[in-house]
Amino acid sequence: MNMNLKTASFEGWRRENGRMGVRNHVIILPVDDLANAACEAVAHNIKGALAIPHAYGRLQFGADLELHFRTLIGTGCNPNVAGVVVIGIEPGWTGRVVEGIAASGTPVEGFAIEQNGDINTIASASRAAYRLVKHASRLKKTRADLTELWVSTKCGESDTTSGLASCPTVGDAFDKLWQNGNTLVFGETTELTGGEHLVAARCRTPEIRAEFMRMFDRYQGVIEANKTSDLSDSQPTKGNIEGGLTTIEEKALGNIQKIGKKCTVDGVLDKAEAPTGSGLWFMDSSSAAAEMVTLCAASGYAVHFFPTGQGNVIGNPILPVIKLTANPRTQRTMSEHMDVDVTGLLQKQMNMNEAGEALLDCMVRTADGELTAAELLGHREFSLTRLYESA
Amino acid sequence: MTIHFVVHDEGDSVGVVVVEGLTASNRIQGWIMDQDRIIDFDAKNDIPIGHKLAIRSIKAGDAIIKYGVDIGRAIADIAPGEHLHVHNVKTKRW
Repeated sequence: MNMNLKTASFEGWRRENGRMGVRNHVIILPVDDLANAACEAVAHNIKGALAIPHAYGRLQFGADLELHFRTLIGTGCNPNVAGVVVIGIEPGWTGRVVEGIAASGTPVEGFAIEQNGDINTIASASRAAYRLVKHASRLKKTRADLTELWVSTKCGESDTTSGLASCPTVGDAFDKLWQNGNTLVFGETTELTGGEHLVAARCRTPEIRAEFMRMFDRYQGVIEANKTSDLSDSQPTKGNIEGGLTTIEEKALGNIQKIGKKCTVDGVLDKAEAPTGSGLWFMDSSSAAAEMVTLCAASGYAVHFFPTGQGNVIGNPILPVIKLTANPRTQRTMSEHMDVDVTGLLQKQMNMNEAGEALLDCMVRTADGELTAAELLGHREFSLTRLYESA
Repeated sequence: MTIHFVVHDEGDSVGVVVVEGLTASNRIQGWIMDQDRIIDFDAKNDIPIGHKLAIRSIKAGDAIIKYGVDIGRAIADIAPGEHLHVHNVKTKRW
């Protein structure tokens, strides 16, 4: 029997801004690459604190810098985060990230390394992390309607079984969640190439369609301006080709199965931009798994559906990534990475409704606190999208 | 019954092998999902899981149809049951 989404609920944490989170992380967030060592030292000192090191944050400017700030601030404001310690090399940009996170009501403290050194910074920041973890551990879970769960999707290391079964499974779940009034997102702009007309046809209004096509055409321009070949070694990836995908068009048509048959595209988002209402959003984004999932987390999504064919192993520091596969070889050889097995679809041992229900069931269990494969294996890929070179 | 390959739609030119170790000359069963119909076929090559076979006669230059949509062009003639992949099909984009 299908889950009644209207009466379904989950237990999570109600944040200051009203959003419901399903994890209770205290993160130690570097503003820049230079602060990674201090952040990791703080996370080592205080149990339950999680450092999120990354490679960037120096001499960025313009839209690329705005995206950097938006991604870091969005990560700190995600409802799966209970508190944030921000560390940067200098106080200016550190303060900007702290102010951005504080505006959401999430407890946050910032520290700069210059004129203090790593050791004093680590001592002060460790005391802050101690307070924040103590505070987070006192917060009580509350029950909320399932409608309040924001769900993102992106597939990876796709193969032909993705388009046949694991992406349509997400499509079935998305159709149901969309009808229920949940807030959803998909993206992967270049990975719609060959099927962009199908997505355009699903846009709810001519204005949304025009915005979607503007984003799609802009990204095609980036490919055309920078390509040195037909991209047949990059998109599809070597892994995609090994798995049987031949062209970008074929890959795109499989990818698009994730938005089901009923959902309309109700709006478009820039990278790491938060949606302003419920429905299915399209985010203009890279198709690289960790970049896209990082952007979904920064937009405020609380759980993620990740169909894979050849066996992508991705996770995220704060966003639980639920992986599913329909490829029987991948399920056999990499079962520890998979949360939902939909291999039965290809032998008619399971129908699409049953597969979608299995995914929704896993989603509710994950929201209630059950750990995903990626969480158990410590996959915390956090990859910032860059728009162009630093100054 | 084992399903050896799956076809999205009966108008498609290809099916996807969904079992490991498919060898040439095997008599194989395919499932056409959209019409929910089973067809019998002969594989002409060893085809790895996830890879495609042609289910109709394709000439060089023909569009390859999957999901009822054009996914690229053949750069060689491809016979029914033959392995169809990057060696005989190319993108029309980029």
